[in-house]
Amino acid sequence: MALLELKNVTKHYNGIAPALDDVSFSVNEGEFVSIIGSSGSGKTTLLRCINRMVEATSGEIAFGGIVVSRLGKMELRQVRTKIGMIFQQFNLVDRMSVIENVLHGRLGHKSTLAGVLGIYTREERWQALRIIQMLGLDQQVYQRCDQLSGGQKQRVGIARALVQNPKLILCDEPIASLDPSSAKTIMDHLRSICTELGVTLIISLHQVDVALKYTDRIIGLNRGIVVFDGPPGELTSQRSAEIYAKEPKDVNIDLGERNAS
Amino acid sequence: MIEIKGIGTEQFSSPNLNTAKPLDRAALAIRLTLLVLAVTTIYALLTINANGIDMPKAILDTLSTLRTIFFQPYSYHFTVWQGFWEIVITLGLAFLTTLFGGVIALFLGLMAAQNLAPKWLTNVIKSVVAFIRAVPSILWVLIFAVAAGLGSTAAVIGLTFHSVAYLTKAYSESFEDLDRSVIEALMATGANWWQVVFQAVIPSSATYLLSWTFLRFEINFSNAVAMGAAAGAAGIGFDLFMASEFYFNLHEVGLVTYFILAFAIILEVLATNMKSRLMKQA
Amino acid sequence: MQADVFIRRRNNAVVFFAILVVLTAGSIVITQYDLQKGFTSFIKAFIWGASNFYPDAGSLRKLPDILVKLWETVLMSIAATTVAAIFSMFLAVFGSRTTRIHVSFTVIARGIGSFFRNMPLVAWAMILMLAFSQSSLTGFLALFLGSLGFLTRAFMETIDEVGENAVEALTSTGAAYFPVIFQAVLPASMPQIVSWLLFMVETNIRDATLVGLLTGTGIGFLFDVYYKSFDYHVASLVVIVIVIAVLIVETVSNGVRRVIL
Repeated sequence: MALLELKNVTKHYNGIAPALDDVSFSVNEGEFVSIIGSSGSGKTTLLRCINRMVEATSGEIAFGGIVVSRLGKMELRQVRTKIGMIFQQFNLVDRMSVIENVLHGRLGHKSTLAGVLGIYTREERWQALRIIQMLGLDQQVYQRCDQLSGGQKQRVGIARALVQNPKLILCDEPIASLDPSSAKTIMDHLRSICTELGVTLIISLHQVDVALKYTDRIIGLNRGIVVFDGPPGELTSQRSAEIYAKEPKDVNIDLGERNAS
Repeated sequence: MIEIKGIGTEQFSSPNLNTAKPLDRAALAIRLTLLVLAVTTIYALLTINANGIDMPKAILDTLSTLRTIFFQPYSYHFTVWQGFWEIVITLGLAFLTTLFGGVIALFLGLMAAQNLAPKWLTNVIKSVVAFIRAVPSILWVLIFAVAAGLGSTAAVIGLTFHSVAYLTKAYSESFEDLDRSVIEALMATGANWWQVVFQAVIPSSATYLLSWTFLRFEINFSNAVAMGAAAGAAGIGFDLFMASEFYFNLHEVGLVTYFILAFAIILEVLATNMKSRLMKQA
Repeated sequence: MQADVFIRRRNNAVVFFAILVVLTAGSIVITQYDLQKGFTSFIKAFIWGASNFYPDAGSLRKLPDILVKLWETVLMSIAATTVAAIFSMFLAVFGSRTTRIHVSFTVIARGIGSFFRNMPLVAWAMILMLAFSQSSLTGFLALFLGSLGFLTRAFMETIDEVGENAVEALTSTGAAYFPVIFQAVLPASMPQIVSWLLFMVETNIRDATLVGLLTGTGIGFLFDVYYKSFDYHVASLVVIVIVIAVLIVETVSNGVRRVIL
């Protein structure tokens, strides 16, 4: 059964060209999907439309059978608690400790008052610590986040998403600000979250080789249009060149581009 | 709840469930500061000397005063054109003090920057400047007024003093932000101190210098208004003083207030625009 | 086109300095600032200051009186700052780009901030004098209203700066408005906010002198009394006491800032 379904999603910012142009696809439970494309191709917008951090101009998004686009504020928050999100800039509260940042993932499940005061149950704290240990951050539990390296910060970001008990995690360029070895650690963790925990992941990536190596399915975006959707095996040099072409129909590009990007 | 299986669940020692991190120094300092401020405030409010003021009545009186000022502004002693001219004089005072202050502060700032001057010199200048800044600007003006007489000349010197102190601190900090390696690179080519200053230091911090200077111009404008009221300097501040202390005319206070507000807001908008433009360039 | 760069730069400089000279000349004429008198009286003031403006043994007997007034002034400055901060905090949270409920709140909060920031302190002092006469309340209220404008703008800019990423992350987990404010925005901006508070206390102690002078309260009034009765020894003692107070507050604030920022 499809966990997530997008039908004809279109997004116009103020400009003339749409950021997303009639995007449709569906994602099954347990899939690890990557979205690739050059800068400005609409990857970030697409991810944010799914949990409505950005409002799509038209089209329909259904998550677990619920049409997200028509939800009121309260129900939208309910849906968001089931969708984790990981960011390129980590988006942590730098001055707070690792454990506090991780527990922020529970706020959507709590009453306003408990959330305001930061009161968490024993189970929540227990689970947060287990996830932190799983990600190998046990030494840093009480450290402030501004003392962590980029790779460690991103693991805190992952922990914050996991503590939500999400069905789906949206990863917005999670390794774009990291060095290669930290990037590998993060990708290994994401892969095992998908395989071991059965969480569905959608990840936007700059690097085609990373997408080929780690993900089950690749969606190529060019100027807001889906130009490729299939398993990594089908992504030939020719198709890859299409994704990164300057003009949508312009595929007259040498095949070295694939490795270069 | 997600089952965390297969990643060695058994290796988990029973974790300590305490989420409150041990307080670090920063968090402790913030809490302590807020606590001290709060306690002091409560003590101050409880012991404030109200001199038997009838609070509700005083508040109502003030509101009705404000109504007169803001809804019935009118002038008996000067025309709109004269009011405008008085504002121009106040702007002139602000400009002079900012310019004099800026020029002197540019040199003092260079001598107070740790990456440009010897340590003993920066310490001397920083201490002197801190002292000058600690004296309220109105007191500088009044002290100079003994020698120069109450009026614009004393106001300009007094406010310049304060501007020098303020801008020296701001400028020297902007200079200190400059990467040491840039200075080293130029020194390595055999450039001397003045060449480094004019080719590297000032150009690369120019945007900061300009925005600090304009900020000081804004401050000097409101200082110039205050000096007109409290130290007899020319300009719109003096009209404010005359209207309220001499003619006891609230309508006129209202008109003067509108004049000042309008120009202060124009300056604020200009400063904000300039700052964002400068930041974009940088 | 290298030559062009140099010519343009030189022309810009010439225009810049020409405008500066014209404005300076204009300002000197309209303010009737006497350059020569300014210079000579500057020197005269120093000679006069060295020979008259210092505390002598007799003035020390007034020290207890002065300290009482100073204490009053410091208390008033702190109280005005904290009370204003409470109001400013509400305005800033509802008005900041990242945490506002609706765009109109930004306009309103900015308007209030701008009004109180630009309204001259002198005008407040005079208006409040009418109803509150020569009591400490007049000074307190004048400083309060001035601080309100300044702090609203400072807090709003702080929240704009630090809030954005963390707010995005927490909103995407489905957290409600107030938990986001209390768990992300306030902790992240607290150091800056405390730093602004300390700055405001410093400024208020200096401004309290001006307000006191105009309204006949606090240490400003004391200075005025001795100044107008030509008792410069005591007047100088008042100045020294103010300077010491400001320097102490500044040193303490700098120490706190070093720890928290």
